[in-house]
Amino acid sequence: MTPVTTAVRAGLRRGLIELRQTMSTAQDVVNFLLPAAVFLVVMLFLRQVPVKDAPISVGAMSLPSMLGLNVAFGGLLAMAQTLTAEREDGTLLRAKAVPNGMLGYLIGKIVTISGSTVAAVLVLLVPGVLLFEGIGLTSLGAWLTLAWVLVLGLVATMPLGAVLGSLFTSPRSAALVMLPIMGLSVISGIFYPITVLPQWVQLVAQCSPIYWLGLGMRSAMLPDSAVVAEIAHSWRPLETFGVLAVWAVLGLVLAPVVLRRMARRESGSSVAARREKAMQRIG
Amino acid sequence: MEAVLDVRDLRMRYGSADVLTGVDFQAHRGEVLALLGPNGAGKTTTIEILEGFRMRSAGEVRVLGVDPAHGDERWRAGLGVVLQSWRDHGKWRVRELLAHLRGYYTCYQQPWQVDELVTAVGLTEHADKRVMRLSGGQRRRLDVAIGIVGRPKVLFLDEPTVGFDPEARREFHDLVHRLSDEDTTVLITTHDLDEAEKLADRILILAGGKVIADGSADALSRQMATEAEVRWTRAGQRFVHSERDATRFVRELFAQYGEEISDLEVRRASLEDTYMSLVREFEEVAR
Ligand SMILES: Nc1ncnc2c1ncn2[C@@H]1O[C@H](COP(=O)(O)OP(=O)(O)O)[C@@H](O)[C@H]1O
Ligand SMILES: [Mg+2]
Repeated sequence: MTPVTTAVRAGLRRGLIELRQTMSTAQDVVNFLLPAAVFLVVMLFLRQVPVKDAPISVGAMSLPSMLGLNVAFGGLLAMAQTLTAEREDGTLLRAKAVPNGMLGYLIGKIVTISGSTVAAVLVLLVPGVLLFEGIGLTSLGAWLTLAWVLVLGLVATMPLGAVLGSLFTSPRSAALVMLPIMGLSVISGIFYPITVLPQWVQLVAQCSPIYWLGLGMRSAMLPDSAVVAEIAHSWRPLETFGVLAVWAVLGLVLAPVVLRRMARRESGSSVAARREKAMQRIG
Repeated sequence: MEAVLDVRDLRMRYGSADVLTGVDFQAHRGEVLALLGPNGAGKTTTIEILEGFRMRSAGEVRVLGVDPAHGDERWRAGLGVVLQSWRDHGKWRVRELLAHLRGYYTCYQQPWQVDELVTAVGLTEHADKRVMRLSGGQRRRLDVAIGIVGRPKVLFLDEPTVGFDPEARREFHDLVHRLSDEDTTVLITTHDLDEAEKLADRILILAGGKVIADGSADALSRQMATEAEVRWTRAGQRFVHSERDATRFVRELFAQYGEEISDLEVRRASLEDTYMSLVREFEEVAR
């Protein structure tokens, strides 16, 4: 076996091991299920509230949007946060000290984050389909749309998350990226139709992948009649593909450069310095 | 035979501070070297340059015949780096983590079998524990195990025994001796002379940006402890005299006074005295 295939295999195994660890740690499972449960309960109360001018409830519309948001959070936030956390605690330095370890580490992260994002989507999708009227994944086309939006969404967001994670040196400052991403998710038509917002806010929202992930998921799962709540009364699949693809290319070009620069700076003393800082914070 | 570590005129400058101003040393296969020096002397800087984790300002460095600044992954497979863990891989089980990291080396060389390794570092009873459940001492053993899992040709350890209790320290010393018996070259940094004396075939003392002494503990005592103190009593009076060539001085003393001399003492400054005065000097300059 060549060193690269060895590392790719090790990385895949690493991802699966970490997924299994997450699923078998009670705390992690609770952290994972609780938000989904809270969201579902809230949306159940909104099951009868209709979206203005559209033949669908706020609950039913929010569910697919939320799936899109989950993908964005997984790719952007979870990626950025694990990267800074594991840089601080020395996981990354260990990878750097091992031959082809960085490659294995990254592949492992991709597997872990994709896996847990898919799980987060399923946790909402399964009860959602059963509980909400109007949500259906009855045609093959609907499943295919769901699949490509999910995959392209991950490809578009994970490299960006990795770039963000490399730019911050402590989990604390990384928490700052939460703010703009939360802000974007509020204006991205996840919780109510984007069309109620002022024009310029709609424009801002349409630059981020979050809006398009929500739209893509809605196009897969909602009845065609619900399209009246969208901009231009269209699901705009080509635009969805285009914008997500642009982010994906941007991320895939930037991430290797930024990651390499970040990795080059890792050393025993830089990890020790961060550890000391973190200890002071705690102590 | 080619040197495993070959460092010539290594220089490092941070901003306007010259930390290393021309470090020279070599190490051969199976040698255990201790890089000894007070805090801030540049030990970590030196070892991280050799590990390929830090760029030097100037000088020639070869590790396993390769410049660490341009070492590839095959070169990296020949290196072991013992890092101080904190809370990384907390959810991993000891055996699982070692088996995983071992996997990266298999295409280059024959790494340790996990069970053998676990036994060698004394973690047999804890092999199925999660890393976060290990005590501090057990964690450090795991750090060593991770550092050597690929059977490196050269092993780097930066102040590895900080926080060890005496027993853990002794076990650690045994492990290092065993590794060097298997032809692993070991470079350890420490600010503790006692540790350097116990562990190393050769001690390098780093101070003022240079290696100011290089040799076995014995050789260093002779080389560095230049002055000896001679004390004697004659005619009911006590005398003290500092002398480079104590043997000649005493011979002449007897030639002159013969049996009048009593209570003769010759005390050479120990390596420890010399090192401590060096540390004090260094710390005063730093202040
Ligand atoms: N990244 C850095 N930037 C600036 N100065 C540094 C850096 N790393 C170390 N130094 C300085 O270099 C000197 C030597 O540090 P170090 O190699 O850590 O010494 P030691 O390990 O012997 O205690 C110290 O004065 C330290 O402050
Ligand atoms: Mg140091």
